[in-house]
Amino acid sequence: MRTPASIKLVAGLGPKGWLAVAITALVAWVLVPLAHLMLPESHPLHVSTFAITLIGKILCYAVVAVAMDLIWGYGGILSLGHGLFFALGGYSFGMYLMRQIGREGSYQSDLPDFMVFLDWKELPWYWTGSDHFLWAIFLAVAVPGVIAWIFGYFAFRSRIKGVYFSIITQALTYAAMLFFFRNETGFGGNNGFTDFKRILGYSITAPETRLVLFGLSVALLLGTLILGRVLIASKFGKVLTAIRDAESRVMFIGYNPLHYKLFIWTVSAMLCGLAGALYVPQVGIINPSEMSVANSIEIAIWVAVGGRGTLIGPVFGAAIVNLSKSWFTTSFPEYWLFFLGLLFILVTLYLPQGVVGLWAKLTRREAKAAAAQAKAETPAAPAARNSESNAAELPAGAAKGASA
Amino acid sequence: MRVESSISRNAPADGQQEHWDGEASTGHVLKPGELDLSHNVILYLDDITVSFDGFRALNALSLQIDAGELRCIIGPNGAGKTTMMDVITGKTRPDSGKAFFGQTIDLTRMTEPQIAHAGIGRKFQKPTIFEHHTVFENLELALKTDKRVKKSLFARLFGDDLDKIADTLRQIRLADQADRPAGLLSHGQKQWLEIGMLLVQDPKLLLLDEPVAGMTDDETERTAELFVSLKGKHSLMVVEHDMAFVEALGGKVTVLCEGSVLAEGDLATVQADPRVIDVYLGR
Repeated sequence: MRTPASIKLVAGLGPKGWLAVAITALVAWVLVPLAHLMLPESHPLHVSTFAITLIGKILCYAVVAVAMDLIWGYGGILSLGHGLFFALGGYSFGMYLMRQIGREGSYQSDLPDFMVFLDWKELPWYWTGSDHFLWAIFLAVAVPGVIAWIFGYFAFRSRIKGVYFSIITQALTYAAMLFFFRNETGFGGNNGFTDFKRILGYSITAPETRLVLFGLSVALLLGTLILGRVLIASKFGKVLTAIRDAESRVMFIGYNPLHYKLFIWTVSAMLCGLAGALYVPQVGIINPSEMSVANSIEIAIWVAVGGRGTLIGPVFGAAIVNLSKSWFTTSFPEYWLFFLGLLFILVTLYLPQGVVGLWAKLTRREAKAAAAQAKAETPAAPAARNSESNAAELPAGAAKGASA
Repeated sequence: MRVESSISRNAPADGQQEHWDGEASTGHVLKPGELDLSHNVILYLDDITVSFDGFRALNALSLQIDAGELRCIIGPNGAGKTTMMDVITGKTRPDSGKAFFGQTIDLTRMTEPQIAHAGIGRKFQKPTIFEHHTVFENLELALKTDKRVKKSLFARLFGDDLDKIADTLRQIRLADQADRPAGLLSHGQKQWLEIGMLLVQDPKLLLLDEPVAGMTDDETERTAELFVSLKGKHSLMVVEHDMAFVEALGGKVTVLCEGSVLAEGDLATVQADPRVIDVYLGR
């Protein structure tokens, strides 16, 4: 009779989707590395280190945007504190990068420079295991996940919704920022972590390392999109959007929204953590300003600009906003925030579905116009056959007129 | 979600098996959380009081509904009809009084989803459906099944479920609308879809808050037919202002006024009651 959700779930993306994934993977893992390493810098197709780092950074932002869309666009929960989970992932992996500096810091100590500066003699307990790469990756996922779970459990259980929830998330990230600003917290205070040297023993600035990080960022984004697609196509996704649209009805047909919200909220935070872990080695710095309220609001803007409730929209949103940001902040640094505010107002007023919605609207209008045209032409078909001979003569006449 | 365990706390180990004939029986073993209808009573409200900021929405309300019964509730605005449904479905906790589903299930200790799983379905006054989902998906989500996250992630529809949905679609006359977004349905069709969402849950007791509001006369008539056909298999509690509809349903009528029961009996008796005429029908 029809294709139930389950069949779509097995197929995951459909042939077009998988083709897009394959092309993206080919470009990211074969063509970009070749263009970066093999072509001389003067070649027009050469991909510069700057471009790779910039795109790698935007890919990490795009993962955060998709994660944000899963809870906001599909779950109807607006978080204004998602930068916290991103930063926690970044700090978790940053601890490993700090330990990889070894004795090459300014104080030639085993301890990170900022600890020497604070006159600490040994690593605090929570730095245990920070030498290990896999432990750092685990922390980057687990710390945001656990914090999101605990926070989400109490917030959703108390049925905190809408703007109240958004305000609490904002307070959460602000409090965390103040906490990380303190030197005694043990994460480098307002300077955060920087001056990274190596990752798994490889130089962090080597072109090959950068390409691997870039490739991993592409992989993470593709993985996030596929995971999102599978989740949304499943019955879970339908329940999630149902909670967004009519939560009380969902409860009265026997679902407990708490667990659904908590699941997607935690998954979203964990994805942000991974994105943060990939972001820090590419950008080379993590500090508490990543937890600022403005950063988290910007994440919501990426999603709004791209298109809420579509998976690909947030990717475009993150790209559009961040590319304009990097152009603005070099050309007209003082106007960037005005532009961002204006963009948000315009999108809210005129593009409630974001650029993806605009695209859909335009193609629909085109299809409509084409359909209308086809309709108008059908009754006139016999006449058109007669006029064909006249039409054939017309260009000749027009050409004559033009030449005259 | 630990639905089973929390319901089982309310069920005695030596309870009696569910049956509809109401004869006293002994020696049956009641499964945990199962509805016990040994006294042929499906819903038992006793001395329920709910106050909002000093206003008594329900004032020592006592009401009993038999298994398989179709009961109509009428009463002026503010009589406490919706609040009563809120208490039964766990949305509002009573300040005092008892609310039992069958002999053993204490509704005042359960959450909304737990009560839904126990077998009480509710239709709201304003049709609440999932407007962005198709008619089919609306029913799919409401299907009686394990509704935990883990199961939903890997849920598939099997033949039985598809049959159940197809049957319900026919029953609510929306078979040709299955793939349309529910938001595009007419008001009356939305009401039916919501009733359909209750039916696929296979509830023991249906609470229907003004189910024919906004329906055409023809639709109202068909709804009455549907409800009458459900009687016996399910128990129904219908809140309605439309007297013609109440008459078509037959059944016993309870009049609520100022948070408690004013009169009870068949429609003719109730309509003849001077107190009822005074507060409600006479106006």
